[in-house]
Parts: sequence; structure tokens; C-alpha cells
Amino acid sequence: MPTKIEKDALTGTNTTGHEWDGLKELNTPLPKWWLYVMYATIAFSAVWVILYPAFPFQGATGVTGWIAREAVVQDVAAANERMAPMMNRLRAATPQQIAADPELRAFAMAGGRIAFANNCAACHGAGGQGAVGGFPSLADDDWIWGGSYDAIHQTIAHGIRNEEDDEARTSMMPRFVADGVLTPAQVNDVASYVVSLAGDADPGQAAEAERGKPLYAENCASCHGDTGEGNRDVGAPRLNDRIWLHGADRHAIARFIANPRMGVMPAWAGRLDPATINMLTVYVHALGGGEN
Amino acid sequence: MSATGYAEGLAAPATGVPTAVRVDAYVEAPIRAFAIATIFWGVVGFLVGVVIASQLAWPLLNLDLEWTTFGRLRPVHTSAVIFAFGGNALFCTSLYVVQRTCRARLFGGDSMGWFLFWGYQFVIVMAALGYVLGVTQGKEYAEPEWYVDLWLTVVWVHYLVAFGGTILRREEPHIYVANWFYLAFIITVAMLHIGNNLALPISLGHAKSYGLASGVQDAMIQWWYGHNAVGFFLTAGFLGMMYYFIPKQAERPVYSYRLSIVHFWSLIFLYIWAGPHHLHYTALPDWAQTLGMVFSIMLWMPSWGGMINGVMTLSGAWDKLRTNPALRFSVTAVGFYGMSTFEGPVMSIKAVNALSHYTDWTIGHVHSGAMGWVGFVTFGAMYWLFPRLWNKKGVYSEKLISWHFWIATLGIVLYITAMWVSGILQGLMWRAYDENGFLQYSFIETVAAMHPYYVIRMLGGVMYLSGALIMVYNLWMTVTRGESTEAAPALVPASAVPAAAA
Repeated sequence: MPTKIEKDALTGTNTTGHEWDGLKELNTPLPKWWLYVMYATIAFSAVWVILYPAFPFQGATGVTGWIAREAVVQDVAAANERMAPMMNRLRAATPQQIAADPELRAFAMAGGRIAFANNCAACHGAGGQGAVGGFPSLADDDWIWGGSYDAIHQTIAHGIRNEEDDEARTSMMPRFVADGVLTPAQVNDVASYVVSLAGDADPGQAAEAERGKPLYAENCASCHGDTGEGNRDVGAPRLNDRIWLHGADRHAIARFIANPRMGVMPAWAGRLDPATINMLTVYVHALGGGEN
Repeated sequence: MSATGYAEGLAAPATGVPTAVRVDAYVEAPIRAFAIATIFWGVVGFLVGVVIASQLAWPLLNLDLEWTTFGRLRPVHTSAVIFAFGGNALFCTSLYVVQRTCRARLFGGDSMGWFLFWGYQFVIVMAALGYVLGVTQGKEYAEPEWYVDLWLTVVWVHYLVAFGGTILRREEPHIYVANWFYLAFIITVAMLHIGNNLALPISLGHAKSYGLASGVQDAMIQWWYGHNAVGFFLTAGFLGMMYYFIPKQAERPVYSYRLSIVHFWSLIFLYIWAGPHHLHYTALPDWAQTLGMVFSIMLWMPSWGGMINGVMTLSGAWDKLRTNPALRFSVTAVGFYGMSTFEGPVMSIKAVNALSHYTDWTIGHVHSGAMGWVGFVTFGAMYWLFPRLWNKKGVYSEKLISWHFWIATLGIVLYITAMWVSGILQGLMWRAYDENGFLQYSFIETVAAMHPYYVIRMLGGVMYLSGALIMVYNLWMTVTRGESTEAAPALVPASAVPAAAA
């Protein structure tokens, strides 16, 4: 098709004279502002390339000398330096001393809150309320391994039943059915008795609970106590307080006795700064049931 | 091959005519199939999008089944929208446009068209099945494993041959601008696809493969691919669409031939370097990050060249926006294109990226591009194409196009504003320190703060999906109930034998 340049009646601009399937093009010059802004972005880029590292050679850092990794190191150092006076005091003090000093305590509660939310809340809940399935509540006064400052500190620093820290406290409840200590029927009887310890006896289960009583005395009382009062030295939870780690109903308790799944907590010493562990201790102690 | 064969509208009669007449005309049946597939996969992609948006707002909807978790459905959504909806739209329009603007029948004819159609649908289905079953390379937008990648390569090479072959046998002296963009898209996507999927399967009988590159090199190749999937698949390809359908709908010449040349070459030259801005503040060396940023900034005007050409083509035809709701889609698309191609360079600036990276802002950005630009320019093209492909006088209901337009536009506005607020909120919460120097917020608190915006985003998605369903009804009625034209609108290419059937 021959080139046929026409003048567009509406704009007064010439076409290029090409046509495809009825489509034509105007030969409008480049918009000036468009061209100048493009030049400006190119100029900006040229300057930027001089100022900042832009060439793949060792030491080619640009005029500013800025290097991302060094900038991070400096930022972190500056933040640490700012917090250092307080962190040093927190590191040197015991949790008891921190709690007694209003200035340190306020700092520790702020730091403990965020450290708890980012490290502990995944298992223990955002408010330390715990969760059924073996995640103890930290907001009540039912402590499995102790609720004093020292006990909480020990638990956070070394964890429970983990294999990474020699100082982690550990204990093992037998798998009463799997290990052949009790029959399933006996486990049901013990579970009914355990429920009755917490004052939730079902009259319909009275006979079972009666049969379970001697079995409890023989197999369970050594750790959980004659009246289910528990034993913090071995991390045996109280059974007479209606607080259940793995579900409150008789069947859940029976399942647990038959084949227990005991909780594991990692050691935080080494992962968290000692000052942070102190802050966490003060924070957890203050969540609800801290003991002296 | 004389041009005399190209008589004015040497129109093949629509009905009751021996098919022999149509054999030498433009290839159309596979293009009709591509058009249907575009609409079908669009609805699928939007629907899965609504599902995963709901999962983010209400995690219970993961259903605790591995196949329906967010992690597996998310690539189903992204691939369905980009590669199934967008890809079919590109196949459909590029094959339609190249034949008409070259006045040449598709190279390879109907069988080539059908091979491309079924070959590409097979890629989509195989990829989606893999995602749901947990087969993935773990590379964003390049999730399919090696066996799907190989098959896609076969299909894509045929696409290049068909498209390039049609251009080579053109009866026009020049190549129309839309075809430059389509060709750049086809060639570059081939290069990106092969480059990013160089991998060794652990055995021929196993779906799993390992990529040749590792570590930061792998990340760099992935985002060279990922960014140019946006640049060449979702930008260059759809600019090709824009360059044909906006002048057609507006019935005006393209605003500036010179601008189209300059912005085409600057766009394709600059885009390919911008990928490192996806890896700001990572293990990627500083110099590569700097280059990624400055190339992104220089990309601003080349991108806007397309917007200017699209919008200014309407000079003298603005009144058509009142009367032609399909054109409204196309022009609004160009508006969203301009917005997101400004937002992109801004977000590539490292100081801005420090706030925006890893937040919902990025999600909002990509959706203003995907829903506003890619989706709308496709809807505009489909409303124009359907009546022509099925020889109908017009779309069944202009009013329903209007409804689609307003519902979808409102949906996009809800979506992107929710993500802006959520993303900036998220970024600010992450970096907030209290007066003691401790983080102000825990991660989970930032998640909780985003919940209302996730619900709003889901509502935006529902509106966008509803609009698409209106389109399905409208196009269905167009095809089944629309009044047929007397003669087929398709011109017969010069290469066709002028059959004296009618």
C-alpha cells in the first residue's frame, strides 16, 4: 500500500502515511515534558551511580562510601549503645532486684512484653494464657516447676526436657498402658479417681473411682502426691485444682495416663541475652501468679 | 500474491457457505477458543483469589487439608490470573491482531492455532495440578516443575514461529506497533523462561528437580525472570493489545508514532535490568541493588509513553467514553497502568523499599497493575472481540458492561486502598521502637492489625469477581442470542484465493 500522508482534521497533525487494518498513526512529536522528565531520571541515575556502589569491583563503593552491611552494623551498634546502660544494669541485677527497683522494673516490663510476644507467645499464648495440649498457662498461680523468680528464671534459661541444655529439668511419666503397668480398664478407674480428686466426681463413676483409689496410691501418688497436690521438684502437675493441661474430661485424662505426651521447652540461654531473660522472668512473674 | 485479492471487505459470508471459503481466510476458530479460555480462566483465577484472600482473613478456611492451604492455592491464583487469563488473552489478541495488521493468514494455519490452544491449556492444567499436589520449584511465578517447563518451551517456540512467520509473510510494508510489543513479549518470555528454569530433574520418573544456580545467584536469576514476567508478559504484551484495541474502539489514529518508537525501545532496553529491586537489602551485592533501583527510575517515562499514546489517542473522541462502556475499560486500564508504573519506580527507591518491602503495599501495587491494567485492558478487548469473532452486531447489553465496569472499578479501589493502608501500617509497625529502644509491636500484633484490611480486600475481590460474572453472562448472551451480522467482518487476507462463493 503506498504511503499516503494526510492531515488529521481534528489535531492538524500529519499522519505517517501508513495504514494497517484501518489503523493510522499521527506523527506527533515527543511531548517535551515527557522527554525532559526522562532526561531528569537519567541524570538522577547518573548521580546516584556516582554516589553509591554501582560497579562490580572490590572497593568500588561510590563517593559516599556507603555499604549496606556496614550501615546495618552501625545502626545495630547505635541502638545497642543507647540501651547499654539499662541493659548492663539488668544483666547485673537479679530478677528480685529488678522487680524492687521501679525504674528497672518499668524497663523490664516493656522489654519483657515484646520479648514474650515474639518468643514465648507462640506456645503460651499472647497473654500467657496457655493452651490445651500441654502449653501451661503462665497467668495463673498453678506452677508446674515453681513460680518464684529463681524457678521461673531457671525454666526460661534452661528449658524443660530438652536435649540441648544439661541444666534443663526433666522428668518422665511412665506410659502406663504401653509399658504394661496397668490395663486399659485400670487406667479408666484411675482417671475417674483423678477427676474426683479435683472435686468433679461423677456419681455414676463412683465405683470406678473407688477401684482407682488404690491404683492411684500405688502408681501415681509418689509424684503427684497423696491428694493430688503435685510435686514441683519433678514437675508433676497438681491434679486437684481443675486445671488440666491436656483436657478436662475423664477420657482425655485416661488417654494421657495410658500414653503421656510431656511438654518440651527449649533453653533460651544462648538465644536471648541474659538481660532479656531477666526481663522475661520479671514479666512472667507479673503475669498473674508469681510467688516469692 | 497480488494486492488485488484484497478487495474491500471481500467478505466471506457468515452462514450457509461452504467452509472452503473460510479456509483461506484468517484463522479464527482457535482464536474464538482462546477468547473463551480467557474468560473461563479469568473467572477461575479471580475465584481462587477470593478464596485465598478469605483464608488470610479467616485462617480456618484453609480447611486443614494440605491441598487447600494458602501455600498451595496461592500459586494457583497467581498462575491462573497471569498465565491462564493473561496468557490466553495474549494468545487470543496477538493472533487476531497479527493477521489483520499484516494482512496475512496465520503461519501454520488452523492446525497451528489449535496446537497452540490445546498445548497451552495443557500447560495450565498440569501446572495447577502440580501446585495443588505440592509439586513446585518454589520460585515465584515459575513454580511448575521441569516437565511442565519443557512442554511450555515446545508450545512457546511454536508460538514464536507462528507469530514471526505471519509477520514475515505480511502484505503490509511496515510492521504495526502492536506487533513490535507482541514480538518483544514472545521472544523475551522465551529467554526468561528458559533462563530461570535451567534445572536437573533427579530422575526422568520424578517430578523434583534442582536448579543449576543456587543462593544469591539463583535469587537474582529468579527476580530477573520475575520482574520481566511483569515487564514483558504483563506490560509489553498488553501494550500490544492496547495499541490495537484503543485506536479501534476510539476510531482515531495512534497519537504519536515517534513516541511509540522511542518508548518501545527504551522500555524493552531498561526493563530487563530492573529485577534487582526485588532484592533490596538482601545478600545481593550493593552494586546490583543500586543498578536495579536506577534502571527502575529511568523506566518511569518509557512506561508512561504507552500511557500517553493510549490516552491521547482519544483526543477528539472523548465523547465516546460516554457512549462506549467497553472503551471506558480500555482507557481506565491505561490510567491504572500509568499509576502502577509510577508507583513501581517509587517503590524501587531503597529508602521507600525499606518501608514497603515484604508488606501488603507490594500486593496492592501488583493488583492495581493486574486488576486495573491487565484485567481492564483485556475486558475492553474482549467486549470488542466477542461480537466480531462470532459475527454479531454488538454486545448483548451495553448497560451490563457499564455495571461490570463500575463494580469492578469499585472493587479495585477497595482492594488497593486496603492494601496501601495495611502495607504502610505493617511497615511502620515493624520498625516502631518505644522510648526504651524496644520493638513497639510483636509480629503477631501486626498481623492482628491487618485483619480489617484483609476483610476489605476480600470484599474488593468479591466485587471484581462479580463484575467478571456479569461479563460472562453478557458475552454468553452475545454469542447465543446476539443478532448476527449479514457478512463476516473479517477481511480476507491478500493471500487468500478470492472465492466467488457469495
